[in-house]
Amino acid sequence: MATELPVLTSQDFASDQDVRWCPGCGDYSILAQMKKIMPSLGVPPEKIVFVSGIGCSSRFPYYMNTYGIHGIHGRAPAIATGLKIARPDLHVWVITGDGDALSIGGNHLMHAIRRNVDLNIVMFNNRIYGLTKGQYSPTSPLGKITKSTPMGSVDFPLHPLSIAIGCEATFVARSVDVHIQHLGETLRRAAEHRGTSFVEVYQNCNVFNDGAWEYAADKKMRDDNILELEHGKPLIFGKGRNKGIRLNGTTPEIVELGSGIKEDDLLFHDEKAEEPTHAYLLSRMRHPQFPEPIGVFRAVQRPTYENELNRQVDAAREKRGEGDLAALFQIGDTWTVE
Amino acid sequence: MSTTTQPEASSGGKQIIQLEGATVRLAGDSGDGMQLAGMQLTNTSALAGNDIATFPDFPAEIRAPKGTLAGVSGFQLHFAADDIYTPGDRLNALVAMNPAALKTNLEDLEPNGILIVNEDAFDGKSLKLAHYDENPLENGNLEERFRLIRVKMTKLTRDAVAEQGLSVKEADRCRNFFAMGLLYWLYSRSLDPTLRFIDAKFAKMPDIAEANRRALRAGYNYGETTEAFVYTYHIDPARLPAGTYNNVTGNQAMAWGMVAAAKLSNKDLFLGSYPITPASDILHELSRYKNYGVRTFQAEDEIAAIGSAIGAAFGGAMATTTSSGPGICLKSEAMGLAMILELPLLIINIQRGGPSTGLPTKTEQADLLQVMYGRNGESPLPVVAARSPADCFDVVQEAWRIATRFMVPVIVLSDGYIANGSEPWRIPNTSELKKIPIEHPGPLDNGDVFKPYLRNERLARPWALPGTPGLMHRIGGLEKQDVTGNVSYDPLNHQHMVNTRAQKVANIADDIPLQEVAGPEQGDLLVLSWGGTYGACTTATQRCRAEGISVAHAHLRYLNPFPRNLEKILRSYKKVLVPELNLGQLQMMIRSKFLIDAQGLNKVQGKPFSVIEVMEKIRKLTA
Repeated sequence: MATELPVLTSQDFASDQDVRWCPGCGDYSILAQMKKIMPSLGVPPEKIVFVSGIGCSSRFPYYMNTYGIHGIHGRAPAIATGLKIARPDLHVWVITGDGDALSIGGNHLMHAIRRNVDLNIVMFNNRIYGLTKGQYSPTSPLGKITKSTPMGSVDFPLHPLSIAIGCEATFVARSVDVHIQHLGETLRRAAEHRGTSFVEVYQNCNVFNDGAWEYAADKKMRDDNILELEHGKPLIFGKGRNKGIRLNGTTPEIVELGSGIKEDDLLFHDEKAEEPTHAYLLSRMRHPQFPEPIGVFRAVQRPTYENELNRQVDAAREKRGEGDLAALFQIGDTWTVE
Repeated sequence: MSTTTQPEASSGGKQIIQLEGATVRLAGDSGDGMQLAGMQLTNTSALAGNDIATFPDFPAEIRAPKGTLAGVSGFQLHFAADDIYTPGDRLNALVAMNPAALKTNLEDLEPNGILIVNEDAFDGKSLKLAHYDENPLENGNLEERFRLIRVKMTKLTRDAVAEQGLSVKEADRCRNFFAMGLLYWLYSRSLDPTLRFIDAKFAKMPDIAEANRRALRAGYNYGETTEAFVYTYHIDPARLPAGTYNNVTGNQAMAWGMVAAAKLSNKDLFLGSYPITPASDILHELSRYKNYGVRTFQAEDEIAAIGSAIGAAFGGAMATTTSSGPGICLKSEAMGLAMILELPLLIINIQRGGPSTGLPTKTEQADLLQVMYGRNGESPLPVVAARSPADCFDVVQEAWRIATRFMVPVIVLSDGYIANGSEPWRIPNTSELKKIPIEHPGPLDNGDVFKPYLRNERLARPWALPGTPGLMHRIGGLEKQDVTGNVSYDPLNHQHMVNTRAQKVANIADDIPLQEVAGPEQGDLLVLSWGGTYGACTTATQRCRAEGISVAHAHLRYLNPFPRNLEKILRSYKKVLVPELNLGQLQMMIRSKFLIDAQGLNKVQGKPFSVIEVMEKIRKLTA
């Protein structure tokens, strides 16, 4: 007899702890969308674990009524990898920030992604160190004036999605904290992907870096500055949906539709392309030269690390039988003393 | 030490001398296969029933320039008819495959000891590389001091394998088997175990297998037919307790102990590790045991290795990480996290010479204070140490028992000397092994909020596993409120939690055996040792007692917390001596904890103590 599953709501995923982010922080919106999509995934709260590192975003697990580990700076992907190997039945999320993931934790991020461990990594990118009160981060633009760069940053910033694609990511996406429907849908797609999903969320730090994403978040400006990716559709953007991206050789260029340019002339999005070149090209489109794509850049299938490892365990058991200690101790030459 | 009896006549016209034991060292170039030869001689001696203790000693470079002093690799073996604890101080026999090996090892050979050299290797170039101005084989000095046996090993090996059609380089690689054959003859050993090894190892290379067989037999026959040897030697089987034995290295015993602990606690074993000398063999060993439910994860670095283990521990696995000193430095922050999360975890440190990269392939015990105090904040962790290769099997199970009973990461110390050395290990009946019971709280469905930091009488918190309905909870590195585990910055709560975590570790003293002492219950001197110095200290104190000196020996397995009777023991002797391969780390702990003026015997040369070194210090302190 089938047991009826209880119907869960977003409230079932809220912990009893007071949320302590600054009022107006973009993190609230991401938390709300996360709680909102959770019931739709069909996974009970006890099967979900949120793992984080250090930084404002990394307080996230405390606010979810699931299992959680608030780890140490940069190491969440490593902790989550061990957990997922030991417990492939769990749904494991990693919550991280631009400093946590790309500075101190760059190495772990790279290796979790290339191994394709089935983790959902959500990186809150606010282009600043918030918890330590306002130093520049690996995604801060050149010339950024912060507490530790009074004359402007001379650190060349990196593009998180380019990094992920370079690490052979199987799922790469981007959304914006205030674009809530798009954000919720992007998180849901990430959760459904088997393998590492890497999601960059443009998140506003209203205290130390207010307005860093204004061009992408502001309702009046965003249509001209962001481009919503849809699989199989041409790359079109702009308030009047009259602009598109065309390839000129291997270089993208902005064109106006009409006056001889048809939709068919534009670049069509293919998130399933095995070769990451297309996704990489999209990840290099930056404001203000280009509209910045949001949505799913890449979603391809590859065996997950924990599946392959556990397959070896199963194969070894099938071939040699369940390990027996007495047999283990006889490996090599033994001798008997009477 | 070897006692001899009157020679008996042997079949081959040579006379057989009965020995109580012998210490033999094979020394050659890194590429000469000395480690393989040493392991074969060890295995053969173990199968002959001798007690054995080994000391492999090799350079950090995979292949240092051929023929140089830096490239010398050695393997020392002590085999005996008696119970032995060390690989021996002085060599009874030395095999030197080239001038560099002769130069770096000769001083350890006893007067009139057997010196076998490959004289073909003593050419102008090799002599120069070993910084010899003249050929030491030619000036008569060696004959005066030792029983020098010059063997044209290169030529004899090439002749022996001529029919196999190997290249000169391949033929020369068989020389170690020739040297082995010669030693097997000299010590009346059977060739069978090594012949079986050759069959298995070179199954896919029949020509190489046959060449090695021929070289091995040629070495054996050379001993029998040459006039150079007057005697051969025989060592009776040791009087070991009845049972079936296996010859284990420390790293192998550690790996097997980890598999056993997992089985005994009904857990799957998870190892997160990053390759590092001298710990990597545990990773290699465990990666072969997937049918035991073992999952090994070669992480991207030391931090990820322990990070993954923390994740696996949260998930409910028997989580472990293995490393050596430099890796432990990198793991320190995560060790603090595991400590405050109060999750069971084993952190296994195979110590090597430090500081920094130090002496990767050499032994030292200088990480004790690091694992005791090398973390930020008040972060005490239990520490246990193995004393010998076979002891690793027991120690790691004991560590897991403590980790799960007290919900605490436990540090297991071994060292390069234990890890690579080997000794006979009596295989336990699996029914002799103690079960390690673990309880996890079940589902909570009455709407109560789960309390992850509610403690039992030992102060251990519950190990609640993800997947259990109703037990959802969050843990982290921030200070947490007692009982609920919620983040708390309350000053008095912090004081309470720091005290509680320290008290929990201190409580382990009530859960471990009392310290045992060998020798008089009170007297002039107590030798207090830990880790790999066990053998040298045991033998030295036994011999000193035989000389009539009032000296006892206590060897610590538990370094934090100490056994609860330790202070009483320490105060029962006029003096306390702490021999250590560091500059006085346990000595400092003993002094600070008990205000006892413990004396040190300290050595940091990348080598274990000799028995004589410890004896001399004992004699001096009791004179």
